[in-house]
Amino acid sequence: MNKLWLIIRREYLTRVKKWTFILATLATPLAFAGFIAVSAMLSNQSEEQRIALKDDSGIFLEKTIKDSDRAKFIISNAPLDSLIKNYEAMDFDGVLHVPNFGERLDKDQELSVKYYSDGQLGMVTKMFIESRMAKRIKSHKIDRSGYDRKTIENLETEVSIEEKAASGEDRASNRAEIATGFGMLMGFFMYMAIFIYGMMVMRSVMEEKTNRIVEVMISSVKPFQLMLGKLIGVGGVGLTQLLIWIILIPGVVFITNLIFPSNPEAMAGAPGSPEMSPEEMEGLIYQMGETLSALNWWFIIPLFVIFFMGGYFVYSSLFAAIGSTISDDMGEANSLTMPISMLVVLAVLIMSAVVQNPNSSMATWSSMIPFFSPVVMPARLAFDPPIWEVLLSAFILVVSAIFFVWLSARIYRVGILMYGKKVTFKELGKWMFYKG
Amino acid sequence: MNILELNNVLKTYENHTAVDGVSFNVPKGRIFGLLGPNGAGKTSLIRIITTITRADGGTVMLNGEPLGSEHPSQIGYMPEERGLYKKMKVGDHLIYLARLKGMSAKEARQEIDYWLDKFDIQDWWDKKVEELSKGMQQKIQFISTVIHKPDLLILDEPFSGLDPINTNLIKDEIYQLNQRGISIIFSTHRMEQVEEICEEIVLINKGKNILSGSVKDVKNRFKENLFEVKFEGELPGGIESQFNVIKANDHSITIKISEGEDSNEVLQYLVKNNIHVISFKEILPTLNEIFIKQVNGVSTE
Repeated sequence: MNKLWLIIRREYLTRVKKWTFILATLATPLAFAGFIAVSAMLSNQSEEQRIALKDDSGIFLEKTIKDSDRAKFIISNAPLDSLIKNYEAMDFDGVLHVPNFGERLDKDQELSVKYYSDGQLGMVTKMFIESRMAKRIKSHKIDRSGYDRKTIENLETEVSIEEKAASGEDRASNRAEIATGFGMLMGFFMYMAIFIYGMMVMRSVMEEKTNRIVEVMISSVKPFQLMLGKLIGVGGVGLTQLLIWIILIPGVVFITNLIFPSNPEAMAGAPGSPEMSPEEMEGLIYQMGETLSALNWWFIIPLFVIFFMGGYFVYSSLFAAIGSTISDDMGEANSLTMPISMLVVLAVLIMSAVVQNPNSSMATWSSMIPFFSPVVMPARLAFDPPIWEVLLSAFILVVSAIFFVWLSARIYRVGILMYGKKVTFKELGKWMFYKG
Repeated sequence: MNILELNNVLKTYENHTAVDGVSFNVPKGRIFGLLGPNGAGKTSLIRIITTITRADGGTVMLNGEPLGSEHPSQIGYMPEERGLYKKMKVGDHLIYLARLKGMSAKEARQEIDYWLDKFDIQDWWDKKVEELSKGMQQKIQFISTVIHKPDLLILDEPFSGLDPINTNLIKDEIYQLNQRGISIIFSTHRMEQVEEICEEIVLINKGKNILSGSVKDVKNRFKENLFEVKFEGELPGGIESQFNVIKANDHSITIKISEGEDSNEVLQYLVKNNIHVISFKEILPTLNEIFIKQVNGVSTE
């Protein structure tokens, strides 16, 4: 026990003290902060554009385009040629020319207007102007049609599904979307973690073998102690990183949001969400916060940690076993890790299907398979899965983790003493049954 | 009293027998040579003694007790293929290995100080292993092997890769440790080193023990009764008819004495013939010759 502790300590400390670890651990929350700050700054700092509006259609003469802090429209009657030539001298950023649409106004689904400038309009501003103009033209058409505005506006109906829990509890709407996003995030995090730490274990085992330190080590400790110590030590590194992130990322995100408030109007105009008005966007952000804070974190975080550790032990013990069978040929390593990598990728595929359909039977059975549950189950946690499924899944995972550590140890103790020979899966199978 | 007793030790792998009923004893306080060609089963045997693997049959007794998991702390093992954690600092590394052998951190620190002092390398404590040259790393490796004051030291080719100065340095340390009563198993195929250092040997080939005993006994057992005489003067013409002359030149002659003959007869004959004898000595076979002869003899069987 004492020896195991010494090994764990070394494996843990040598990694945690490395500057690369410290950098990666601190850089990730900072990257989040940077991302938020930059996107907030970009959306806020767009300069107001002064645009000369030359309207040949007359639609915008009676009621011009509403100004905003993005763009200010000044109607000009000067000839288009001279406007385009002299717009800079007239202190404009560009010239927006609305042609006389004529018949096209009623026939065409899409109308085109021209913007003349040597500068760029910018994607967000462009989409913003397009939507404002479309609204104005629509309103113009309604007025011209002679129908009652109210009647027309009533023709448009939007439908939104409001989910209610059958048990009668209150639930924020939009919850499904937010939970999906959150679940995907959790699942991908697990996927990354399994690869990063699994590979770390494998490389470390390979290194000990190529260094030949392993023979010195196992003349003092049992191979099982060495392997387990490494697994626990590296797992501790992963857990440390995870916990630092759990504490740091929300904090950093919160603080950055205070310093650089995000601009709902800009987000609404951002590509991918053109359908949403700034008010709706603001509502969604609010709901996101509501939903996330309504999640039972005291339930999710401990379970996440359990699934993180379980998944880590299942996969990294297999990576350790593979690391022990190869000495320094990375190509050989790749061909042996392939089946394991494929399992992880499959887990992610299942996970992305499951978050779309959290109550499907696939969600249930994939949560019972230890290769998939570490990715699938954390993704499901936001959907309030049945508690018995969570507990059974966790139980199967923990038992499997113990089993795989045991199994890998049997390969490991043979593998670390073998040199200069390529192994096949068949041989690995035989090694499991070797006697001490 | 024997520090180590092997009795009919057996180790089989999937399709071959690495150690096939080897028995020998290592007396306490001796330097013992474990010899054999490559692939003879030396490493397998050493791994059994160091508890890295377990024998499939037979018994291994250390200090009179069956080998068990508490014994590694009494054994110091330096494998042929050396290895250290490259990124670790020398001091930390030595403490780590010493503690794995059951020493306390404080004890370990004292011992490390003693050894670094002894090799005059106190300033290496904070150096990373990878910053050291290969020879320097070997010194660290040696310290890590002996730091926990083992009763039994197993050195597999301890001088490979060392320059003559460091070879002598380590050799002296081995002698000193031996003086302090530490038993040493010395595994090598460099026979001149065995002759110089070892008191007893066992020769393993193809997993079997083919020869064992003290170096002197072994040599005597394989002597061919050859005598070399160095002299001044002219040899009498008839000497070939009197004795079995193997080799002769101007100032020396090698004679094989057959069973029943006395080496004194040669001397008497030479003195009678007014030959001025400068030296007269028996030629014992070198371990190298015995080794090659034995190994070849077995493999052509």
